[in-house]
Amino acid sequence: MELQAVLMAAGGGSRMMDLTYNTPKPLLPVGNKPLIWYPLNLLERVGFEEVIVITTKEVQKMISTDPKVKLDVKMKLDLVCIQEDADMGTADALRHIQQKVKTDVLVVSCDLITDAALHEVVDLFRAHNATLSMLMSKAHEFTETVPGQKGKKKTGEQRDFVGVDDTGKRLLFMANEADLDEGVVIRKSIMRKHPRMHIKTGLVDAHLYCLKKSVVDFLADNKSISSIRGELVPYLVRKQFSKSTNSPKVIDETHQNLKKNDSNISSRDEELLHLTQERSCWNDHRGDMSDAYHGGRLRCYVHIMDEGICYRVNTLAAYIEANRLAPKLFDEPAVHPSAVVSERCLIGADSIIGASCQISDKTSIKRSTIGVSTTVREKVKVTNSIIMHGVTIEEGCNIQGSVICSNAVIGRGADIKYCLVGSAQRIEPDGENWDYWV
Amino acid sequence: MKRESIVPAACAAVTYTVLCHPHHHTVFIVLTDGPGNKDDITRSKNEGKELSKEEKQRLRKQKKQQKKQKERKNEKSETEKEKTPVSLLPPPRPVATQKAPSALPAPASAPIPVPASAPFHSSPAPSPADKPAKSKAELKAERRARQETDRAAKQPGSSSSGIKTKVPLSELNPVVKRLPEHVQVDDPAVVKRLAKKLERQQIPLRSDYGYKVSLFSHLHQYSRKAPLTQQLSIPSTVIHPSIVRLGLQYSQGIVAGSNARSVALLHAFKQVIRDYTTPPNEELSRDLVNKLKPYISFLNQCRPLSASMGNAIKYIKKEISNIPSQCKEEEAKTKLLTCIDRYIEEKIVLAAKAISKYAIEKISDGDVILVYGCSSLVNNILCEAFEKSRKFRVIVVDSRPRLEGREALRRLVQRGISCTYVLISALSYILPEVSKVFLGAHALLANGYVMSRVGTSQIALVARTFNVPVLVCCETYKFCEKVQTDSFVSNELDDPDDLMVTRKGKTQLENWQDVSSLGLLNLVYDVTPPDFVDLVITDLGMIPCTSVPVVLRVKNLDQ
Repeated sequence: MELQAVLMAAGGGSRMMDLTYNTPKPLLPVGNKPLIWYPLNLLERVGFEEVIVITTKEVQKMISTDPKVKLDVKMKLDLVCIQEDADMGTADALRHIQQKVKTDVLVVSCDLITDAALHEVVDLFRAHNATLSMLMSKAHEFTETVPGQKGKKKTGEQRDFVGVDDTGKRLLFMANEADLDEGVVIRKSIMRKHPRMHIKTGLVDAHLYCLKKSVVDFLADNKSISSIRGELVPYLVRKQFSKSTNSPKVIDETHQNLKKNDSNISSRDEELLHLTQERSCWNDHRGDMSDAYHGGRLRCYVHIMDEGICYRVNTLAAYIEANRLAPKLFDEPAVHPSAVVSERCLIGADSIIGASCQISDKTSIKRSTIGVSTTVREKVKVTNSIIMHGVTIEEGCNIQGSVICSNAVIGRGADIKYCLVGSAQRIEPDGENWDYWV
Repeated sequence: MKRESIVPAACAAVTYTVLCHPHHHTVFIVLTDGPGNKDDITRSKNEGKELSKEEKQRLRKQKKQQKKQKERKNEKSETEKEKTPVSLLPPPRPVATQKAPSALPAPASAPIPVPASAPFHSSPAPSPADKPAKSKAELKAERRARQETDRAAKQPGSSSSGIKTKVPLSELNPVVKRLPEHVQVDDPAVVKRLAKKLERQQIPLRSDYGYKVSLFSHLHQYSRKAPLTQQLSIPSTVIHPSIVRLGLQYSQGIVAGSNARSVALLHAFKQVIRDYTTPPNEELSRDLVNKLKPYISFLNQCRPLSASMGNAIKYIKKEISNIPSQCKEEEAKTKLLTCIDRYIEEKIVLAAKAISKYAIEKISDGDVILVYGCSSLVNNILCEAFEKSRKFRVIVVDSRPRLEGREALRRLVQRGISCTYVLISALSYILPEVSKVFLGAHALLANGYVMSRVGTSQIALVARTFNVPVLVCCETYKFCEKVQTDSFVSNELDDPDDLMVTRKGKTQLENWQDVSSLGLLNLVYDVTPPDFVDLVITDLGMIPCTSVPVVLRVKNLDQ
């Protein structure tokens, strides 16, 4: 077997608490499908047959019992539960399943919505025998106004500094603004080996990593690393260029220890690989006297997507944007066949109506998503909004640019603009609500 | 003058022509087809259709016959000449007459790269080559051959060209009788057959890219930006992961160079064998070979196989099929792994050492040595010579688009050898300084031609003009049975986008596909005739180029 897929679905959604205090993040509806469906669909399309899903007990219960949460995937899902309050980082979760990991892993986050060609990432991993290979994308500005936020945001969204070499594939430098004191510090050894480095800041990390098995074993020995994105990846990127240090739990040693275990086989194979590299007339760089890869054994690669959809749904703005674009990723009909839609209502082409909905006369729905089992009465205007499951909207309401969470009830004639209505809340009839959260 | 007449055997459409030499007491029997068939062949040739097997046979026979008639006419006019300069080997046994035609230099090997071993009916033909007095043994051989043809002709269903009738004799010479598929890309029937075969093996078909120059439209041309892995599932189940990795490394050029590719291939096969388990009711010797076939097709799709890889695969397949059936699986696997290790050790590592030893004798102090591109073997030789304290300097010649000379330059300078670097366009300016030329080879063909990186033939040509000795270094495992006299018939087309170069931010050829009359050609190999090569240094010693078929024959007998 070549790769094992691991889906991290235990995250809390700390940056959109208003949406996630009732529904766990993996099950938030995006385009009327649970958020976790998107990465699972991606893995299935590419050809995986089984996935290890790391999630909380709550999510597991909801997946197995709740009929609204239909996952529709043919793959075998191996659900591993961890405690919610254990505050486990992604690396901790990977350490937790170390026994199940038999080959190299592909780690995906549950909030990734993308149509990227995964073979680009995996090809880098295979061809260069890399230790880490990840996916990044050029960030797009979110154009939709987010309910409840006044003015332009640009709150302390910490920037990432990513340094790549001339080909744009080899990852040389990765640091977050939070970890840097005054400026970006780049070691001379890196500059000597790669004199031309491009540093990019406008990139979104898709949190999709291909990791060698030895990295998972290394994590088992080093319990201090708790987050893949925050600690493991910068560590690996730094380690590419450091000479072997005196610290005992160094990843190079783990490489070698593993090799010693299957001693005879691997030493012969190492020789053959070395002979191949020696005889091959290829070099990944030119201009200095060193061999291919500068003789380094640890290599990190990144594939940067120029075009295509790539979103991490971890903020409200991303959630709204994702809802807009989700229909492009699957080609189910916009209006679910089981929805009851009366003839005299206007449904725009880019709206999605969920199953078992009831849309009454003279309603107008534009650029919106209506969830499952939602009732929309007469003369309602819904524009640019996201209505989740089980919501009841009484007559004459006007909803614009808002997010209404599940099981809410909007009273008659309410006027809601740019609001976020929480789960099971009630809006009084004839209220005027502007730009705040309920 | 006595005339003997021999009653021709009853054979439907073949006519026997009985010729009698006026001055010698020998009778020659030459088989020809009726004149009508000849017209058919010329017609089909003119129409440009691909000749069928039968027609090719007939064509070859006719050519031979015409040549012989011409020779006989010359003979008649020069009655004084007893011996002729035609050097045909007298067949020692009738069986070996099948091999004799393959040693014939030119006639049968023209544009068709199939070795000329097939013209069975003319097996008595080598003997009528104007030898003055035939010994008893030769006459016996002729008679035996004649009897065999008669016997074969009596077999039911023998066609006029008699290909099927020679099945028992063809087992002695297992030579390719069909054109390989990768040089018939412009024939839709062949392409369809290939597609069906790949579908059966569950391997995706890689589609050709871009406009192909018409002379090379019979070859594949792929784009590096469309890898085969796009159409494979990501945890690849059909193809072993190490083979997928190898295919990627081939198509991206990370593993390049004949030796490196072979070593990487054998390394990947070792992984495959290690992970292999015999399914129930199957034998390892048969099943493992069948398992390897789709992998080889996959690798062929990623990048056409080299001659050295082909020989390595043949060796492995032979080793696998020679495993006795009562051998246990673990034992069989360890045996195979040691075989592979031994093959690499003998044919590549030790061969390189032997070649270095011979070559160093040829390098004297004060030499100026010219090398082309990056040949692992030549670099090895130069580094060893430098370590043995020979004083020489090197001129590295490079060419676009691969610019492999830069890597060779780096490796040599790293050792401390003083080098000069030029592009191939400066070759004639630099040659007056050169004392020797060392070239590497991708393969050595059965007719003595050297197949190497494109540009090598030019180097050999110009060096010959300047009377500079040209030495080709090649291990014996790269010798192949193919015969080729030009670089068109069988070659490799690389990605045409490699020829685009960006200078000062501008790429002139960026939209070459939009210009309908423009085609970009990126050839990888070319063939150098043996006249331009002075010496071939192999692990068996230093041989002239024309001795390659002898080495091949010795190798075949060994195996």
